[in-house]
Amino acid sequence: MNVTYHPLGDQAVLIHFRQEVSSEVLAEVQCLKNEIQQEQPDWLYEAVPAYASLAVHYDLTKLLHKEDPYQYVVSFLKEKAVNVNQDAGFEQRTVKIPVCYGGELGPDLEEVAQHAGVSADEVIKRHQNGDYTVYMLGFAPGFPYIGGLDPSIAAPRKDNPRTAIPAGSVGIAGKQTGVYSIETPGGWQIIGRTPEKLFDLNREESFLLRAGDRIEFYAITDKEFEEWQT
Amino acid sequence: MMKVVEPGLLSSIQDNGRRGHQESGMIISGVMDIFSMRIANHLVGNAEDEAVLEITLTGPTIEFQEDQLIAICGADFSATIDDKPAPLWRPVVVKEGSTLHMKFSKVGCRGVIAVGGGFDVPKVLGSKSTYLRAKIGGYEGRGLEKEDILSIGERSSRSQEIFEKVDQTPIDWSVSGAYTNHIYNRSVMRVIPGKQYDDFTKDSRACFFEQDYKISKRSDRMGFRLDGENLECGLNGDMLSEGVAFGTVQVPADGQPIILLADRQTLGGYPKIGQVASVDLPALIQKKPGEAISFEEISIQEAQQLFKQREKEWQELKRMIEMKLEGLDG
Repeated sequence: MNVTYHPLGDQAVLIHFRQEVSSEVLAEVQCLKNEIQQEQPDWLYEAVPAYASLAVHYDLTKLLHKEDPYQYVVSFLKEKAVNVNQDAGFEQRTVKIPVCYGGELGPDLEEVAQHAGVSADEVIKRHQNGDYTVYMLGFAPGFPYIGGLDPSIAAPRKDNPRTAIPAGSVGIAGKQTGVYSIETPGGWQIIGRTPEKLFDLNREESFLLRAGDRIEFYAITDKEFEEWQT
Repeated sequence: MMKVVEPGLLSSIQDNGRRGHQESGMIISGVMDIFSMRIANHLVGNAEDEAVLEITLTGPTIEFQEDQLIAICGADFSATIDDKPAPLWRPVVVKEGSTLHMKFSKVGCRGVIAVGGGFDVPKVLGSKSTYLRAKIGGYEGRGLEKEDILSIGERSSRSQEIFEKVDQTPIDWSVSGAYTNHIYNRSVMRVIPGKQYDDFTKDSRACFFEQDYKISKRSDRMGFRLDGENLECGLNGDMLSEGVAFGTVQVPADGQPIILLADRQTLGGYPKIGQVASVDLPALIQKKPGEAISFEEISIQEAQQLFKQREKEWQELKRMIEMKLEGLDG
């Protein structure tokens, strides 16, 4: 595994992988993260994956007896990187997300269609046919950065961001698609909404998605959307 | 119970933060001044990371509906209890019916109030910290407002013991300024070079360590925006988002640095020129908008040695507080 190690301040190590957004690097990041978390040393707070990096946060108060705590953690991580069995891969789930496209729930569907030069129905079809992977979560609790959008329906962000986009809104921004996990301001083109909650504190698993998950969007009707919610 | 008469500018319940969920996009939050939190909690017999009330620039006015043991640490808000000056950095018993009143902070920007027994709010994903933007944790997910009623948890036996001692014989000592001053009286922040440090131009790297930077008015718990010389990075917009930490100094395209603080996002997409050493974060977060800071380069090893030293001092201070409380020291 070809990675480099850097201090992220005095209580974290940043591991850099090949700097690209790809399924290969995603797998490397996930495999190393799993390997590190398996042992659960008492000084490990958490390992935070991103597109092509892993930030390993540690509790320095637990490492005060080490001569050089940073080097100690790096040595530990290097050992893990050697042990990673990449061929075994990592558990990749497929999560199906229902979307009610267009209408009030997807006010920008027509704009996206016009931009792509196709019909609204064609946008809906192409959006469901994407080959989607969650690369990382960030920006808000449970908010996924999803790769794999059909580039023919890519669309620029709105000129004037909305002040409040409801949770569950499915949008397109540039070559990305995403789902809002909480209500927040935002400039994405909203093409529909899912009744599924990406973030729900009342659920045992508060976060629906994990980095590495594959996503399948499928269309539901207004009526099905209503029923889902009740 | 305590009743909020005036909430102050921003008063929120914070502990050591919500850890372990950054991979799901959940920010850590938590208290800005960890140093004050630990001392205040220790003074009232709580666990070091029990939730405290963090107050900002202008403090609250609080009416006590039962006797409580409190400690106020951090910035000086000219606190009074029933119009008499309230001491800082020591355990204080506040009687039922009394009113704690705080004003604008004279020195420093943030304070904490710890209460023996802690604030009785539910833990959300393992923490009592308030995550303001997502309306999660703390008191109903928000900063305090007028008429809020805060419930206090049951005092531990340690906390009860201190309560009774202080209630019977008012104490005349505080955690010494000699101890706190060298931590807070700093405007030179020691910085470990960041991952993208070498991608900045030679001039910008020099400038970062030579020029003063002013804390902008557009600063909050998420981060301090700085006003000063522009810093240029060759990476300009060509960087994948990656993990950040408390004290990360990142530089967006406009060239003005931002120091990420307690409510930082989990990931950042701007080049990191440096990282403020943990030991200097309490001094940093006490700066008010308009105040100037500068940066001094240190190595990761130096930063961790300073941290070790600070922990050693903290253990000594804890022993001293315990001796004082036992009355062994007269």
